[in-house]
Formats: sequence, structure tokens, C-alpha cells
Amino acid sequence: MATVTDDPDLLAPVPRVRAPRRGLSVRSIRSLLGTVPFFAYVTIFLIIPTLVVAIGAFAGDGGFTLDNVTALGQSYVLDAFGRSIALSAVTAVIGAVLGAVLAYALTTARPGGVLRRVVTAASGVLAQFGGVTLAFAFLATIGLSGFVTVFLRDHLGVDIYAGGVWLFEFPGLALVYTYFQIPLMVIVFLPALDGIRPQWREATESLGGTTWQYWTRVAGPLLAPSFLGSTLLLFANAFSAYATAAALVSQGNPIVPLQIRSALTSEVILGQQNLGKAMALGMVVVVAVVMALYALLQKRTARWLG
Amino acid sequence: MAGLRARRARRQAAFRWTVLAVMGVFFLLPLAAMVEFTTRGDSGTWSLLVDWPQLSETYPDLADGIVASLSQASLTALLMLVLLVPTAIWVRLRLPGLRPLVEFICLLPLTIPAIVLVVGLAPVYAWVNYFLGGSSLTLTFAYTILVLPYAYRAIDAGLSAIDVKTLAEAARGLGANWFTVMARVVLPNIRSAVLSAAFLTVALVLGEFTIASLLNRTNLQVAINFLGKSSATMSVAVSLAALILAFVLLLLLSLFGDRRKASR
Amino acid sequence: MNGVAVHLNDLRRTFGAVHALDGLDLHIEPGELIALLGPSGCGKTTALRILAGLEDADGGRVLVGGKDITGLPANRRDMGMVFQAYSLFPHLTALENVQFGLKLRKRAGGDRAAAMLDLVGISAHAARYPHQLSGGQQQRVALARALAIEPQVLLLDEPLSALDAKVRVQLRDEIRRIQTEVGTTTLFVTHDQEEALAVADRVGVMRSGRLEQLAAPAEVYLRPASAFVADFVGLSNRLPGRLDGDEVVVLGTRLPLVQRAARGPEVTALVRPESVGVVPDPDGDARVLSTAFLGPTSRVTVELGASVVVAQVSGELLAELAVGTPVRLALRPVPVTLEA
Repeated sequence: MATVTDDPDLLAPVPRVRAPRRGLSVRSIRSLLGTVPFFAYVTIFLIIPTLVVAIGAFAGDGGFTLDNVTALGQSYVLDAFGRSIALSAVTAVIGAVLGAVLAYALTTARPGGVLRRVVTAASGVLAQFGGVTLAFAFLATIGLSGFVTVFLRDHLGVDIYAGGVWLFEFPGLALVYTYFQIPLMVIVFLPALDGIRPQWREATESLGGTTWQYWTRVAGPLLAPSFLGSTLLLFANAFSAYATAAALVSQGNPIVPLQIRSALTSEVILGQQNLGKAMALGMVVVVAVVMALYALLQKRTARWLG
Repeated sequence: MAGLRARRARRQAAFRWTVLAVMGVFFLLPLAAMVEFTTRGDSGTWSLLVDWPQLSETYPDLADGIVASLSQASLTALLMLVLLVPTAIWVRLRLPGLRPLVEFICLLPLTIPAIVLVVGLAPVYAWVNYFLGGSSLTLTFAYTILVLPYAYRAIDAGLSAIDVKTLAEAARGLGANWFTVMARVVLPNIRSAVLSAAFLTVALVLGEFTIASLLNRTNLQVAINFLGKSSATMSVAVSLAALILAFVLLLLLSLFGDRRKASR
Repeated sequence: MNGVAVHLNDLRRTFGAVHALDGLDLHIEPGELIALLGPSGCGKTTALRILAGLEDADGGRVLVGGKDITGLPANRRDMGMVFQAYSLFPHLTALENVQFGLKLRKRAGGDRAAAMLDLVGISAHAARYPHQLSGGQQQRVALARALAIEPQVLLLDEPLSALDAKVRVQLRDEIRRIQTEVGTTTLFVTHDQEEALAVADRVGVMRSGRLEQLAAPAEVYLRPASAFVADFVGLSNRLPGRLDGDEVVVLGTRLPLVQRAARGPEVTALVRPESVGVVPDPDGDARVLSTAFLGPTSRVTVELGASVVVAQVSGELLAELAVGTPVRLALRPVPVTLEA
């Protein structure tokens, strides 16, 4: 058979190329190096603090101990956890329901319109901006010399603090928390509402369904996972909140974050520091469980409404 | 024609405006109260607030807090951009297997409340104090962690919207090195996402209180809280100003983001 | 099951300054499948949605089976509808989707739903969720769901437009088979003229809110009533000609007219590519510009003076028609339409 070419270079035997080794090649090591700054930074400022809390919760004078964790069983700690959970649950449910209604009202407006944009931006601010400013806003509104307090007293003869100053206790906290829970719900739930396709409503109608049947058999079930997940997110948000309570509550430490504050700042009682870490660990456990459930529900939502 | 659809649209509009009116009152009331509170009598609160030299003299702690917050916001935004943007692009292009891990780490701060983080940060900051002193600016390190979830989500969304892989391959095929690919090919295309991440960072840092207060440093919110004990009116005025500033910031962000999308 | 007659009388619908429907008159015979064909914005989807009750007409009447249902809300119209996309409820299985309409009517869904799934050939996937089904499978389930309630009219809003080409061809034949078997009066909206010609008993070509022509597919293709129809359905060559009584003379050939026209004598005739014959001829005054082998047929683009003509030729002839070959054009004596 005649050869196709006479070129000696092409006719020379081809050197065997070594197949790339499995595992770390020079290239992949170089690639990994590029992420070192990020991982180093995160280790120092995120992983290590987390470990400090996790390990510190079990640390005592003589090394590993469960004393701090069992100390969590003391009544005042359990009360704080109970109140934190109650506060978070109540404001999560109220925030979820009212926020869902507001979000639904927004979806009936023009998608790119001014109304939606303004309300969404406002929600972004109120949801994230910070408990101190909100606390002061409420002091100016229904504080002892607040606008509404004075108005009700002077014009309607109603003294809202006749039974005690509730603003700095549970009811007050609940009210202020709701103020940032509702906007958070709008932000978190709106995408799911946007994912409801008009074709589903139209299909329901053409198959003979009424509005009620549409909401109970189609939109309701479709939105349920997102609604539930958003409620959980609101719960975690309220549970973790510190600034609002710190600014409003001056007497006592009714909720866990404030308990941690006192544990951190107390230099008098030895071992309080580690109790604080145990409480912090307890908080992380609660929030982690809630967030894990939230993530699961989000997956379902993304599949249906994404 | 009767217009059944038109009737339903009208009912929806009525519902919408009722809800917005009721909610609007609830949400605007505190803001209105703040305005009323700060303009009672002849306190001259607002004229003092906008007069910087006077303000620094009368309320030095507040002035310190404002300056500290603004510096922290800028530094955090900078550190976040320098740290997160290259890493996010790099991982997308060269280490896609590492993406779930990076995403998990970036979303971790959502599960670790600030109040918990600050407990663990205390020993770390002992070292920071040793090396860099106890200035409020060192809070930047902690803040960059706090903003990770929001900044990462924004940048990740931006990277998902463009086909990074194809862009990078095209650029590499034309002879670009990795730095050029990241800086001159990918980065210009995720400008709006990066800007969004920066805006969110600034908003978050300006509103942060927990870590600053428990690490005994100052920032805007700490200053406001402290000021509240002595001058209620000024603290409310500053709170209102800060809220409005953040609102304007986020509104600009949403407008800017929309315009970028429209021009595509 | 026998279908009912549908009458759309003088339907009007305006959006601001745009006339989506400008006096549309459409009569569908019982059991017939009519395809509404036209470019975007011609009003075909609006007409279907008004029939479904999903939109209100500004004027005109809708009659189904002799009853005036113009003011009737959508959920009382007893019609089955298949959408272009997002037809199915994502949280229900295929079977549950099909049972949905039956359950609303408080009927036990089981048997009928299973029978419908069988009819559309998707029983094997009855327990699957929409996200586990391909686009074509989803549309089959949507069709089963629409038919399960034994509707008076079946409405299909571009059901195949979102699917791959091969699936589209397969599914449109299926839809035709099923519709013929069940016998429901059907309105099928599409912008794909091949699809319309393949499935319909009659094709209605729409433009700017009005019907340009409503006739059997062959009629619409071979004897287009207007230049728009001739252009929209299939390809048309524009060739100069001279009107002479009932015929027009184009390139030396006398061609009959689809419709008598009182104009001219200089006119432009619309000639189909398959009516143009190409013969290699060294004395020919046309020249080959380009060729394209399309599988079953081939296309030759030819330059004739100032005109560019597309002709359909067989694959074997293509070999003799290299670019630049001088050729002669010969027209077959088929009726042509004149440009307005």
C-alpha cells in the first residue's frame, strides 16, 4: 500500500505521551492556590469563631465537660429560650400572613411599575436595616412621649400605658419585630408568587373551576411549601435578632440573645463565659434545624415554581 | 359586552389599594412620628444635623460613629469585592467541583446569628487587637463575613446569567491569560451584579449593631443607641436620616439594575 | 360523540389603538378541526381566548351549539383547552392532572382518566409528575385532561410551538388522529403553515384581525385568495406579467387566474417554486445563482433580468445546475394569484 506522504518528520515514530496522572496535577494545584485567600480568610473569621463556640460550650476548668450544657436546663435559661421561641413564632406567623397578603397585592400591580419597585425597595430597607433605628422609630411613635401616645392621651383620653409600660417587654418587642418581619416576608415570598403562571388559573377556569377551587386545589398547594419555608425563615430571623431588643430592653434579659450579652459582659461570675457559649450553641442548633427545613421546602418550591 | 374580566380587574385593583393603604399607614406612621418628634418645639435638631462642624462639637461620639460607619462600609465593600469576586469567578471557571463547598460557606453566616458569631470572634479579635490595634475599622473583617451570603448570592446570580464558560473559552482561545479573562472579559459583564453586591454590603454595614457593640467598638448604630440615653430627639433624627439614606440607596440599586437589564 | 357547531359573529377587540379583532366571522361545523393561521398579532390567539371566555370581546357574539354564550364566564363554557406552555399543574401527577376537571364536577375520575391517558398514548407515565415528562409528553397529558371532561369544543393555542421539530410532526398527526376519533369540534391556532395544512379540515388565514381566506388546505395552497395568503402559505415568486382577459402571460406562458381581476394590464403574478421548471440552455437568459439540496427536494435560485426566482427541482437535475449555468425557465400552467 503506497504511503500517503514522504515527509520524514511525519514518518518518524510518534513519541508516547504520558497519560495525565489521576489526582493532583500541577494545573489543579495552581487552580486551588487561587482560592487560598478566600478559604484562609473564612477560616480565621468564620470557621474558627464557630469552633470556639462549639468547643467552648463543652469546655470547663478540667477540659471536656457537660456542665455548661446541663446549665442550660436552669429555669431562667429555659424561660429565655421559651420566650425567644414564643416571640419568634408569634411574629413569624403574623409577619407571614400579613406579608403574604401584601406580596399578593403587589403581584396584582404592573410587574415593572413604580409601585412594585418602591415597595420592594422599602421592604429591603426595613427588613435588613437594623434594630436600633427601628427601636427609636417606635419610641418616637408609641414611646412614653411618642406621637401616637400623646395623641391618644390628649385627644381621646386613652392612656395606652395605664396597665404598665409594655413597650419594653414582650408585647412591645413583638410589635417592633413585626415591623421588620412583614417586609422580609414580602421579599422572600414574592418570587414564589411570581412563579404562579397565568395558564394554571386559565386551565382551572376552562376545566370548570371557580375562584375558590383554584385557590384551594391549585394555587394553595403550590404556594404552601414556599409559605411554610418563608415562615420558617422569619422564625430564624426573629430568633437571631439582637439589636432591637438590646435597644429597647433595659431591665432584665428576657430572650436568649440578651442572656448571651450578659454572659459575655459579665466579668464577675467565672464560667459564665462558657455558659454563654453553650447558649450560643443552643441558638445555632435551633436556627440550623429551621434553616435545614427551609432549604428542603425551597427545593420543592423551585421545582414547581422556578 | 359586560366585561367579566374587566370587573375582576377592578376588584383586584380595589383590593390592592385597600391593602396598600392599610399597610402604608402602619409602615409610614413611625416615620411620620419620627419627623414629628424631631421637629417639636424649637429644638433645631435638623439644622444641627446637617451642620457637620457643629455636630462634631456637640455630639463627638455621634460624629465618630458616623465616620466609623462610612469607613467601615467602604472598606467592607472593598474587601468583599477583592475577596469574593475573583474567588467566585475562579471557582466557576477552574474548580467547578468546589462550587457547592464555596456556596455552603458563603451561606453559613445565615445560620450563625451575629450574636453567636461575636461570642466566637472575641478571642480572634484579641489577636487582631494585638496586631492592628483596637480601632473600629478592624470590624471590617467581621463585616465581610456577615455580608457573604447576600454578596455571594448577588454575584452568583450575575455569573449564572451570563455563560461564563463560553466567554472564558473564547477569550482563552484568542490567547488571553487567566487574569485578562477575569478582569477584562468576565468582570465587565457582571457589573450590575457586583454593584448590587456592593450596595447590599453598604446597607448591611450601616445597619449593623450587634458585633460593634459587643466588641466594644463604635459605629453609627452604636452611637445612636448611646445617644438615645442623653438626647432622644437627635438620636431619632439620625435614625430617620439613616433610614432614608438606605432607602434611597436600595431604590437606586433597583433602578440601576433594571436599566442594565433593559439595555441587554 | 358528536361535536357542536361554533359561530363567531363579527367579533371585535381593541387594545388601545390596535384592532386585535376587526369584525371576525368564523363558522365551525360540528366535529370539524379548523386551524387559524397567521403572523404574530393577527388576532388568532385573541379569537381563541374570546371563545374560551378568557377575554372579553368589545363587540360581536359567540354561539356554541346554537346558544349565545358571549356573556358566560369561562368556567361555565364546557370547553377543553391546551396551552402552548405550562399547561399542566406541577404539583399533580399526569393522572391527577387528567382527573382534575372530573373531580371538579364531582365525578369519580379513575376510569375515564385512565382511558384518556390511553387514548393519547401515555398510560405508562400516569404516575409521573410534569417535571419528569418531556415537552411532548406534557402536551399529550394536557390534551387528555382537556378531553376528559367531554367538552363541546376543543381549543388548542399553539400547542406544538414550544416543542422540538421532530416531536412536533409526530404529535400533530397524533392530535389529528385523536380529534377525528373523538369527533369534538376543534379550533387550532398556529403560526406554522405546514402544521395548519397538515391537521386541519379547513384553514383560516388571518391578518390584522380579519379572515383572509377560509378553505380546505389544498384550496388555500393552490388557489390562494389574496397575495397575502399566497405569500404566507408556502413560497411565492413575484414575476412580472401581462393581463389578458381571464389569463395572465408570464415569461411567455399563459397562466389561468385564481380570481378574475379588473386591473392592469401590467401585473405581478405570484408563482409557486414547484410550478417553475428549470432547463439548462446555453441560450437561456437566466443564470443559476445558488442551489440547495434539501433532501427530498432541491431548490435552485435563478437570476432572470432584474428578478430572482426560486424553483423546485429534483436532486438529479441539481448536478447539471452549477452556479453560473445559463438556464431557461418554463412555467407550468397552474392558476396563479396576482399581487394587489
